[in-house]
Amino acid sequence: MPKTEKEKGFVDIINGRYKPRGVFHTIEKNQPIFDKDTGKLAGVTNPRDMTYIHSYGGEAPFFEGLGKGRLMATRCDNDKCETRGSMYQPFRIYCPDCLRKNTIIDMTDIAKTTAKIHSYIITHRSGAFNTLPKPIKFINVEFEGVVTILMSVLAVGEPEINKKVIPIFNTKAPTYTITDLRFVVEGTSKSELPEGFTF
Amino acid sequence: MIKFSDKQLKIPKLMRPVYLATVGMSKFDRAFPETRTEELCIQAFTAAADFVNMTPSELKKYIHTCYYGHFADHFGDQLLGEAVIHDRLGLDPLGNIGVKTGGATGGSAMWEAVKTVASGYSDCALALGWERMDEVPTDEGNHLISAAADKDWETPLGHIYTGYYAVMAQRYWKIFGKEEDSFRDTMAEIAVKNRGYARMNPHAQGPLKITIEDVKNSPIVAYPLRALDCCLMSVGSACGIVCDEKTAYEITDKPLRIYIAAGSHTLRVADRRNMTIPLLPNETTETYKDLGTRFPGSDRYPGFTGFLAARMAAYYTYRMAGVVDPIEDLDVIELHDAFTISDIQSYEDLGLRPYGEGRDYIESGDGYLINPHTKKQGKLPSNLSGGLIGCMHAVGATGLMQIAEIGYHIWNRWDEIHEPQEKWDAFGREKPDDWTSLQVKNAKRGLAISHAGVGSHVTTTILMDPNHLLKED
Repeated sequence: MPKTEKEKGFVDIINGRYKPRGVFHTIEKNQPIFDKDTGKLAGVTNPRDMTYIHSYGGEAPFFEGLGKGRLMATRCDNDKCETRGSMYQPFRIYCPDCLRKNTIIDMTDIAKTTAKIHSYIITHRSGAFNTLPKPIKFINVEFEGVVTILMSVLAVGEPEINKKVIPIFNTKAPTYTITDLRFVVEGTSKSELPEGFTF
Repeated sequence: MIKFSDKQLKIPKLMRPVYLATVGMSKFDRAFPETRTEELCIQAFTAAADFVNMTPSELKKYIHTCYYGHFADHFGDQLLGEAVIHDRLGLDPLGNIGVKTGGATGGSAMWEAVKTVASGYSDCALALGWERMDEVPTDEGNHLISAAADKDWETPLGHIYTGYYAVMAQRYWKIFGKEEDSFRDTMAEIAVKNRGYARMNPHAQGPLKITIEDVKNSPIVAYPLRALDCCLMSVGSACGIVCDEKTAYEITDKPLRIYIAAGSHTLRVADRRNMTIPLLPNETTETYKDLGTRFPGSDRYPGFTGFLAARMAAYYTYRMAGVVDPIEDLDVIELHDAFTISDIQSYEDLGLRPYGEGRDYIESGDGYLINPHTKKQGKLPSNLSGGLIGCMHAVGATGLMQIAEIGYHIWNRWDEIHEPQEKWDAFGREKPDDWTSLQVKNAKRGLAISHAGVGSHVTTTILMDPNHLLKED
């Protein structure tokens, strides 16, 4: 049963500190576990219902960008770095070689024109808390000029290695998580996109 | 492009020889609803004491430092679980520390124990691992495992770790396996082999007498992987005790030399950058000059098809121990067969076959105890314990179980651990009528690999009969 607004926890930052409001956990009694064959006590349940608070830190521009239909990446521009010019998607705050702060760049257009599938997998299984529709079509996406390979999901179409794909964004009701970014195969029409998503 | 400096490629050196004195392991199973974790750990430790004809109290008197491998605290809702086990083993007030490197946790605990003895800090160290994955519902367990992926970039995508792993299998299947039916059969053969070997192991949780067709007809988990291609989820404990030479010979008259090294690579496969292949002693640049021609699409290394961490761990350990060709120099091996296809990938990382040709290790019969083609002993039998597919994958204990199993072969005491009817009875398991000894004849050297997730951490452990070393100290 989804929680009502009154049952949820929210967090603001005020004067540089987290200020939680609402409900962050509910208390539920332990329940005994009996062995049905012997009738003896074996243990207890320990119910937990918690909400974590998490900082995106320097990656926040990436997650905020998704809700605005932009795919942000980073690039090392340090003249003294031997891998200068490397573009990173996933977005890396620091260059893994020189450890200088990378430059944030907008690679939406690169993604729209060069994204293709490096590998993929389709699974009908998921873990608790999954919000994606099943089956989940995992794809790993290569972009021209990017030294890494982004993991995402294919929302429309069938995956194949080297197939061109186009990013779509959850701009109508962003969750500010990686699930706001998905891909569709080239040629997908606007009407085929999942609810809330735009090119 | 990743580049290593000469200093980073230095071959590790132990400051004095280190020996494996004894090992032990518990029963492994999917769940132990009426057994506490400490009971399983004590079972493993007691088995290690029994193995050298000591009481646990006598064996404990030698131990100076303890390394505990337990990966997933969040499954048990218990932080500092290591302190609980340490106390229950009665090893306070000795120094102890927990080690957590995913599926490589057991191997990493041993890595630390060996280094502490090699340095002279301790003359005797315990490496003991366990895992408890039965105390949450399966879907929540899947979520908790997926928390070992990147929590912002991967976990929200389905909360299912198999998905993050299987993309590598898909790429290997397409590029190196060429989607051939024969390759699919080879994958299935690994599952048949390992589950079949597990039938001879009373500790094993997943013994099955199955056929290639059974594997190929089992439910799809994530194509091309099917249920019988995948490892088990387990509970249990295993341990090993390492010593300097003097202490080792006080505990046993036949300790084994131990060499171990580790490698690592990105937590997210997404972050893998290109590099040239680090070569093992049995390879040259010629080995890979036409790899991209033979296997179109294999131009990225390690890409999604190799495990750089495993390659680096082997790179270091082979040279530490004097291994030139693992097929010729080793007699038995335990691999991290999390999935049939990743087992094949690891043959290449370890140089059992060059990159792209891993399948031949199985197809040639080299990986069997009895080569099905020649009917003679295979050149390098693998996973006679049953591996992760047939025996267990109790994460923090897995690498230590594999080290123990290699040890039993070199000690020539494999039968003593796996044959007694009393053990089958005590574990509540039926000994098969066709029970057969899997003891590798004249085993002098062996290797165990311990591997985390998509390859973030890997250790390789080499055990040798001290009278059959390959290299002078």
